[in-house]
Amino acid sequence: MEKTRTLFDLQRLYATDPIEADRLVFGRESDPVTRRGFLRNAGLSAMAVVLGGSVVFAKDMPAGLIPALLLEGGDEDLLAKLGKDKGLIVLNDKPFNIETPAHLLDDDVTPETRMFLRNNGLIPTAVDVNTWTLTIDGEAVERKVSFSLKDLKTKFSHHTYRLVLECGGNGRAEFDPPAEGNQWTVGAVQCAEWTGVRLRDLLEKAGVKKNAVYIGYYGTDTHLSGDQDKVVISRGVPMGKALEDETLIAFAMNGKDIPLAHGFPLRLVAGGWPASVSGKWLKRIAVRDKVHDGPKMTGDSYKVPIEPVEPGTEVPEEKLRIIESMPVKSLITYPKSGASLVPGQKLNVRGHAWAGDLAVKEMHVSIDFGTTWSKASLLPPHNRLAWQRWSAELTFPKNGYYEVWARATDSEGHSQPMVVPGWNAKGYLNNACHRIAVRVK
Amino acid sequence: MAELDEDRSPGHLRLLAERIGRNVNLLSGVTLLLGVLFVFLTVFPEVFQRVFVASAPEQAATDVGPIAVDEGIVNGIHVETGFIVDDNWEVVRGTCTACHSAKLVTQNRADREGWTKMIRWMQKTQKLWDLGDSEALILDYLAKNYAPQKKGRRARLTNIEWYDLTP
Repeated sequence: MEKTRTLFDLQRLYATDPIEADRLVFGRESDPVTRRGFLRNAGLSAMAVVLGGSVVFAKDMPAGLIPALLLEGGDEDLLAKLGKDKGLIVLNDKPFNIETPAHLLDDDVTPETRMFLRNNGLIPTAVDVNTWTLTIDGEAVERKVSFSLKDLKTKFSHHTYRLVLECGGNGRAEFDPPAEGNQWTVGAVQCAEWTGVRLRDLLEKAGVKKNAVYIGYYGTDTHLSGDQDKVVISRGVPMGKALEDETLIAFAMNGKDIPLAHGFPLRLVAGGWPASVSGKWLKRIAVRDKVHDGPKMTGDSYKVPIEPVEPGTEVPEEKLRIIESMPVKSLITYPKSGASLVPGQKLNVRGHAWAGDLAVKEMHVSIDFGTTWSKASLLPPHNRLAWQRWSAELTFPKNGYYEVWARATDSEGHSQPMVVPGWNAKGYLNNACHRIAVRVK
Repeated sequence: MAELDEDRSPGHLRLLAERIGRNVNLLSGVTLLLGVLFVFLTVFPEVFQRVFVASAPEQAATDVGPIAVDEGIVNGIHVETGFIVDDNWEVVRGTCTACHSAKLVTQNRADREGWTKMIRWMQKTQKLWDLGDSEALILDYLAKNYAPQKKGRRARLTNIEWYDLTP
């Protein structure tokens, strides 16, 4: 089937030779002098089939023009198509990379509309729930097993957890020298409620051998190059993380089917680790006898220097380590930055704090650039690996410009730095304190 | 891990084109067309409620660009892609947006060496083809228009939109 030959090839063809592309794709020939219209109506009906209607002004249509319908619209259109709040920020529309401003992350459970989106490839276009299977295989299983969606939903016990998924590159925009990639600021994080079966329960059916080291996922997204055989991204976690209670093969998010852009119909979810380990459109889990070596496990992807380096230093691959648990971090989700207060007005600030595999032990806020810190109230997580709600009431001593800074401390005593931490070429793990602007006048 | 394994030269592209062309012209044309239709119906169903020709009839007859869509340029920025309009910007557009959004370019900053590294990485792992003579032009454009800016260890807050917070 050519079904999955998509816009990519169309664009490539038109970019190379638009006139020839017209002929090849639609059988179209235009007037050689005016380069408009359709000679002998060649190609007109083919184009009309694709467009689902007749081509108005066909005689005026320039040669080599990809019908606008087949191209993308603006950011607002895209957010609407994806069911996202219009306040989200489109960093990249091919592939989709969309972040959420901090003040739109105030919900305890992040709704789909306010959930950041990070895709490496193109979203699958055809998902047949009746034939979808998840296969567990690899060098380190006793037997290869496959499950239908129905098997997963009916033969295993269900578990629901709120889990923080944060992009490893959240905060990349602040690195100097700049780090390449999507320039996430603060909002590539979310805490949704995931329901599914434990990966551990499925692995038991396959029989994990003693030599198992790592699991690696495979999904059905399409590589940007259009190559159907090229794996877009295939990451994973060591067995220890794979066997945790909270590591799920999820089929529901926030009580409903997982949205297509977020992994429908199945997603591996491993909270507290870079969200890239939580593979979408999940078809297969390989249990490996070595550290998984799928695309974006190797090279410098999702890796940071083992030893801290001077900013801008080139670090060879053997001196990099794979990111595992994400570091302690917090956000101020209320109020939105830019709040103007009247003298004497109290300010109730609040937000969320999280700490990878750990819990957050303390939360502090400062209105004087870290000269003094006051302790905020902090709730325990809804479950392990969920973010924690914090809040504080602030008063300001006199009129002027302030910044409210927030700083979380994890259960092992690590706090967020006020400056951007250890430089790394790909711009991972920036957990510097979040801050908002406030003025009193 | 899959290695770079396929020739992406123009010659190859032509073969690809002819392959698709044969499909269209012979028996499976309808399949491809329905396929494209299917893809779009699946991903962007509401798009089909619109008429597509909006920008087409006004286009210049003889000077249709590599991907001839809206050519609006405002304040030196190409509106549709966000590219800074400068020498060779259309080479950059034609090359880079074949696979990914222009936004992935325009949100990044690097010197010539840094941009070269990104190209090499895409060639090594993402099936980017040999850019030939275009490479130098592309690097000239990127290094000039998307050069690094000093940010320091923590930048000041900018673009603050002040609003009255009701007590």
